[in-house]
Amino acid sequence: MENTCPLISETDAALITDRQSSIMTAGNNKKSISCDVDSLAGSVSQRACVFSGARVVLNPVTDAVHLVHGPIGCASYTYDIRGSLSSGPNMYRRNFSTDMKEKDVIFGGETKLIACIDEIVEKYSPPAIFVYATCVAGMIGDDIVAVCRGASERYGIDIIPVESSGFLSGNKIIGYRAAAEALLKLITPKDGEVVEKTRKLNYLGEYNLGGEKWVVERYLKEIGIGINVAFTGDSTVAKLKKAPGACLNLVQCTGSMHWLAGMLEEKFDIPYMDVNFFGSQNTIESLRKIAAFYDDPGIYARTEALIEREMKAVTPVIEKYKKKLTGKRAAIYVGGAFKALAIIRQLKELGMEIVFTGTQTGKKEDYEEIGNLLNEGSIIVDDANPAEIEKFLIEKKVDVMAGGVKERFLAYKLGVGFIDHNHDRKDGLIGFEGAVKFIREVYVTTCSPVWKYMKEGLKEEDDDRNSQQDDS
Amino acid sequence: MLDCVPDKPVAHTAGKINPIKACQPLGAMYAALGIHGCLPHSHGSQGCCAYHRMALTRHFRDPAMASSSSFTEGASVFGGGSNLKTAIKNIFQIYNPDIIAVHTTCLSETIGDDIPTIIKQSEIPEGKYVIHCNTPSYKGSHITGFSNMCKGMVSYLAGSDGSEKKRRVNIFPGFINPGDMREIKRIVSELGVSYIMYPDTTGVMDSPILPKYEMFPKGGAKIEDIIDSGNSQATLALGSWASDEPAALLQEKCKVKGIPLKLPIGVKATDDMIMAIKNEFGVEVPESLDIERGQVLDTLIDTHFHYQGKTVALFGDPDHVIAMTEFLITMGMVPKYVLTGTPGSKFEKIINGMLEDAGIEGSKVRAEGDLFDLQQWIKEESVDLLIGNSHGKYIARAEDLPFVRFGFPIMDRAVHPLMPVTGYRGCLRLIEMISDALLDRRDRDCLDEDYELVL
Repeated sequence: MENTCPLISETDAALITDRQSSIMTAGNNKKSISCDVDSLAGSVSQRACVFSGARVVLNPVTDAVHLVHGPIGCASYTYDIRGSLSSGPNMYRRNFSTDMKEKDVIFGGETKLIACIDEIVEKYSPPAIFVYATCVAGMIGDDIVAVCRGASERYGIDIIPVESSGFLSGNKIIGYRAAAEALLKLITPKDGEVVEKTRKLNYLGEYNLGGEKWVVERYLKEIGIGINVAFTGDSTVAKLKKAPGACLNLVQCTGSMHWLAGMLEEKFDIPYMDVNFFGSQNTIESLRKIAAFYDDPGIYARTEALIEREMKAVTPVIEKYKKKLTGKRAAIYVGGAFKALAIIRQLKELGMEIVFTGTQTGKKEDYEEIGNLLNEGSIIVDDANPAEIEKFLIEKKVDVMAGGVKERFLAYKLGVGFIDHNHDRKDGLIGFEGAVKFIREVYVTTCSPVWKYMKEGLKEEDDDRNSQQDDS
Repeated sequence: MLDCVPDKPVAHTAGKINPIKACQPLGAMYAALGIHGCLPHSHGSQGCCAYHRMALTRHFRDPAMASSSSFTEGASVFGGGSNLKTAIKNIFQIYNPDIIAVHTTCLSETIGDDIPTIIKQSEIPEGKYVIHCNTPSYKGSHITGFSNMCKGMVSYLAGSDGSEKKRRVNIFPGFINPGDMREIKRIVSELGVSYIMYPDTTGVMDSPILPKYEMFPKGGAKIEDIIDSGNSQATLALGSWASDEPAALLQEKCKVKGIPLKLPIGVKATDDMIMAIKNEFGVEVPESLDIERGQVLDTLIDTHFHYQGKTVALFGDPDHVIAMTEFLITMGMVPKYVLTGTPGSKFEKIINGMLEDAGIEGSKVRAEGDLFDLQQWIKEESVDLLIGNSHGKYIARAEDLPFVRFGFPIMDRAVHPLMPVTGYRGCLRLIEMISDALLDRRDRDCLDEDYELVL
């Protein structure tokens, strides 16, 4: 069935010639995509910065103080930035900034940073402080490493510099790496400390958005496997320090955690495997993979029992909504390739056609993998800008888009439904129950009765956007 | 609990905890979006641009388009000149705006890029404009940035041909919602005076769903009007932090008389704005506005006993807070804690003067404070009502206070950007929000036998 949105005529949005190589089409005329490069000057890029990458990775550490060393903006815009939930401390939801002023830029901001650290320790006695460098702090050469070292010695707690000056790149990946280095510094045992080895695993790249970590933890517990600590969802400083004691690392959000997994293997001899708990099929595969690692008959049996039970609940839901959604056209534009791949699989499961996919930080191999999942003619874009997103949403007659905060209202204005998959979500999409939640969300926005009112006053024949909802 | 203060009072002098200000470029970007066909351009790292767009999008629930110079390490070492020149070329080629409004960031300010020179060396197509302002993030706040971008509009665009001034008023609206801008324009129209408002984000940040999406929506101040604003008779500068300086610049440059006013929030500030126009242009106030004003007073009198003596903690941007303090006093309430995140000691002087005139003692007033300060005050002695932006909800929950959302940003409730808090209609809306919050709380907390139908 052909879904058209008759409201929109062809757009004439031009594309920058230099950007052509960042756009490819899946299928026969597949060419290699240019990615992992800096954005063009003048583009309305959706990318963020190094600091933002570091901040989203570390922010879920619940009992640490996160102190942003820079002018006020960097802290203001990342205030309670994550939908990460905590089972205890709430320190991470407070927003600390050194609020650099002109004077600090001219004479250096170290004195002020020291004063802020002193005040924070006196007020809150946190187990650790992460000190984030921002553009200006890096530019004027504030030595945050020395300041943190001095303060650590003074107070006997972990005060850890995060080298996240924004100007290094528009790419969050560099920030992920800065955060991973800070974490490694935190968890490496000090002289004489010994971390006891256990049969538990670490769960890397899991930020407990809307309690997602707890969902997977419940599954694993039922199977007979314990989570040692997640990086960094619902983690505390003390829990993170136990990380070297795990026997396995699961890596979920690959962009942010592969390097760290490699380091943990090198330093502490912990093997790692990639997992993905978005969508029921991915969840099943990941659970089986984990069971195979433990290679225990009891674990195998409990894994299969759990899968069977959960799928009994999920399958009818998928079937029910599949009837409504088959043939609908979807677009995806998210930060990382990991998320894009997960969403592609879920939407395909619903019989939807993915006609446009893009990420902010994808790598060559990611795009190849994405290309292999898509039908011929589907568009793939690296570091897309709104003009491109608009062009393809219209050209490809998209019904629904998955993206982050900046794409939501663009999609709405174009008459396209929207699913939020941003890192500030407060309700989880992981595992079997998350899959059901996701499917409902796709349905609610794709088949909302509101779209038919967009045509009010225009003479248009039917189109099946008008499919009425029968539940929600 | 979402407390941000330890149990016992502690000194807080260094840095900010839960800040209630953002940085200059955010305000500059919002102001630039108030020019029709304008693409705001952020000269710095991409992160800033993404953050500002995100912050605006979350409050207005509309796309906020802006481009970035996409700095990398190279630009930081060698200066951002070539980035900006390339950006200007690319922007006209692909997005084709009528005008690009460049603002700086703390990074390009620290490097010391000479923007005017770079703009002079750039290729600008015939009939297109590039303007700029300097917005170092380590000075002032987003309000300062808004003001600076307004000054940029004046210095680049506004001109006078020396002829007799037109019977027309310019309006610098300040950092307010499009819903408020619409209301102010309506009031001025009712008075029968023609106007030029800039920046004007109506039809840009409150744009409707239309048959065809436009990257540059219909709304926004027209460039030719901004150019012509130098020939107007007078300028209303609404809100001293956001509008005084651009109005003063226009007065100096084009001899247009600047009239500094509060933001027209509350009865008195709205009266002041109307009287200023009446006196300047010799117009009669139409009956329609008299009726609106009368309705506000009627409502206040009908319900004054609900507000009398209630204590309020109020925070937000300085121009908003100053006008709101005046209105709370009009309502018979007690502004007990009054706080802004934006620097400027004038703020404390103005608020303290109002409190003194009203005979209110024992209030705490602070410029350049943060929510840590506010929560600590509330912990020491609680209040009946909290008024402020969405960030206040944490304190409202921790301290169990009724909460009225007011100002910027409001990210957890819709419709605010579309509805006015200015003018007499804005008064009614504020009264409704405040009395709903207070009476909902009373209904929640009272005993069964005190649960009343008529209040």
